[in-house]
Amino acid sequence: MATDLQTTAKPDIGEINKYDFRTESRPVFKARKGLDREIVAQISEMKGEPDWMRDFRLKSLEIFNAKPMPTWGGDIDVDFQDIYYYLKPTDKHGRSWDEVPQEIKDTFERLGIPEAERKFLAGVKAQFESEVVYGSLKEDLAKQGVIFLDTDTALKEHPDLMREYFGTIIPPSDNKFAALNSAVWSGGSFIYVPPGVKIDFPLQAYFRINAENMGQFERTLIIVDEGASVHYVEGCTAPMYSSESLHSAVVEIICKRGSRCRYTTIQNWANNIYNLVTKRAVAYQDATMEWVDGNLGSKLTMKYPAVYMMEPGARGEILSIAFASKGQHQDAGAKLVHAAPHTTGQITSKSISKNGGRSSYRGLVRVNHGAKHSKCNVVCDALILDPHSRSDTYPYIEIMDKNVSIGHEASVSRIGEEQLFYLMSRGLTEHEASTMIVNGFIEPLVKELPMEYAVEMNRLIQLQMEGSVG
Amino acid sequence: MTHTLKIENLHVAVDGKEILRGVDLVIRQGETHALMGPNGSGKSTLGLVIAGHPGYEVTEGRILLDDQDLLEMDADERARAGLFLAFQRPMSIPGVRMADFLRHAVTNVRNPERKEGEDLIPMREFRRELKEKMEQLNIDPEFARRYVNDGFSGGEMKRAEILQLAMLQPKFAILDETDSGLDADAVRLASKSIAEIGREKMGLLIITHHDKLLEHNPPDFTHVMLGGKIVETGGPELARELHQHGYERIRAAHPEADRANRQMVEQDQNETATVG
Repeated sequence: MATDLQTTAKPDIGEINKYDFRTESRPVFKARKGLDREIVAQISEMKGEPDWMRDFRLKSLEIFNAKPMPTWGGDIDVDFQDIYYYLKPTDKHGRSWDEVPQEIKDTFERLGIPEAERKFLAGVKAQFESEVVYGSLKEDLAKQGVIFLDTDTALKEHPDLMREYFGTIIPPSDNKFAALNSAVWSGGSFIYVPPGVKIDFPLQAYFRINAENMGQFERTLIIVDEGASVHYVEGCTAPMYSSESLHSAVVEIICKRGSRCRYTTIQNWANNIYNLVTKRAVAYQDATMEWVDGNLGSKLTMKYPAVYMMEPGARGEILSIAFASKGQHQDAGAKLVHAAPHTTGQITSKSISKNGGRSSYRGLVRVNHGAKHSKCNVVCDALILDPHSRSDTYPYIEIMDKNVSIGHEASVSRIGEEQLFYLMSRGLTEHEASTMIVNGFIEPLVKELPMEYAVEMNRLIQLQMEGSVG
Repeated sequence: MTHTLKIENLHVAVDGKEILRGVDLVIRQGETHALMGPNGSGKSTLGLVIAGHPGYEVTEGRILLDDQDLLEMDADERARAGLFLAFQRPMSIPGVRMADFLRHAVTNVRNPERKEGEDLIPMREFRRELKEKMEQLNIDPEFARRYVNDGFSGGEMKRAEILQLAMLQPKFAILDETDSGLDADAVRLASKSIAEIGREKMGLLIITHHDKLLEHNPPDFTHVMLGGKIVETGGPELARELHQHGYERIRAAHPEADRANRQMVEQDQNETATVG
């Protein structure tokens, strides 16, 4: 394991509550519940957006209304008229910690953000109910021309970049939930890394949903210019609520020639949340895009990070972990499209099902005509902890060219009695032994995480094993 | 106080088929016992049952460690009571580092009352001790960072078992074919480590086909198992005899047990049983 076993020890009540509190928020502006042209136009107006964005939103709403609900994946039972689509908690953007309202600060204190900032001495973007209220960015990064803003501010300060790239990788017509996000998006991160600039520490964002029935529709756009590199990390936890909640984000990434981008997500949603996210990157010549995706909690997660390899030498890699416990369905996977010769892809998927949970791997590998000498390898392993739980694999492979090499391995295993007995014969309790086996199972992904997240991941797994979360 | 491991009239079945048919054995702290016997006689089963493998059903008899009834205890409680089994075929646990695993094991065994989630033994102290033991056993320090038995050679697995024995310092240790797969040097090291822990502190049950480990650890008692029963008990000379002349005399002297043994081997072959 990447971390000392002590970190997986049973946390005290305070620790558990860390994932289960809410701070009373006093929104300055709250749109009424529901979804129609008036509300969408109002959101755009409140934000003072240019006309093209308002039109983009309204057009997206039409597409959303026209598209049927997906008939595959999981059961989605959401009343779209019973959701607040926009909530603005404060008028001010905090540049310094002191300016952040105490109430919000309390939430962040408990999430450990200032600590994270101290530790990484990097830019921290925090999203609190739709709007980024606190952000800072290391000065030298700004000097190098790196832009790291919430997406709303980016629209004001860098309209040309936004207009050039926004919605180009994932158009509203891509799927129903991408259309929804395009109509009502708010917040998210915008990153631009100029040519040749290599950022050697992870840029981070924390965010959480914190108002009942309020969907969160953040929109993230990352542009990594030629020869540049960046690692973006987001982690999020959500407080528990009784009624349904919807999270539907869109993440678009452009990796230009010779660039490198890694996007790491650890998501732990309360188990009443629908987490329906569209994530896609395009990688041009010799560029590398890596998605590292950890999915815990939620009622239903449908998420398939994608890499389109557009030019020779492009690489796409997707590492994904899903943990489904009682009442949870993780429909997670990956998508790789080889659109040019000599492109290389790798998918590694690990899923764990426990306590009646259901996890599915759904993956697509497509090799287009002419994408000769492309290589792709898919490995998906599922671990099932008890007889009530379920795991499914839906691998789709479409190959239009002959000169390619595609590998696919899948395994499903149950925690073996023999493994448990071996560990127990050394004095470990059954629970310690099974937790150790699960942590070992996901180790290949955890070791890719920054230290803090690896610790957090192991702690979340520990909580999941105890059934304390969700 | 001298600790005692006592096995009384032990009958064990798997899927309704009897594998052990009344085993009696008493091991006192400081004694070394050799358990020999042809394939399929039930030697490994005895080791696994003493350690608490849940796949076996004890239909009759008792196993006592001093006055504790081991049959009432789970495998982890038995380990914490001072029992250790060096596996003939140790399991690999991918993704779990030897050092993390061992630190957890050592903590639990040394503090039998420890509640889950309480502190582990201090890292520094543990590392020092592990390093020392690995040096004594001529084990590459890199070993500590490797995943438990994952991709280990046969010899490495057996060394890892000895390392665990050395770290856990049990009251009673059962070594199941620990010498198979080891070269002469490794056997010497294993024996040395048993000597380091102190044979006088442990009761040892050495299950073996060969006499390599016994050479360095001459048994006080030699038991011969056949058809799920101990049919003869003697001193070190019995181990030598079996090693030199095989089991012909024993089989001839105990025809009923011999028949049972042959039946058990046949069943085993027919079913390619999954448990050792």
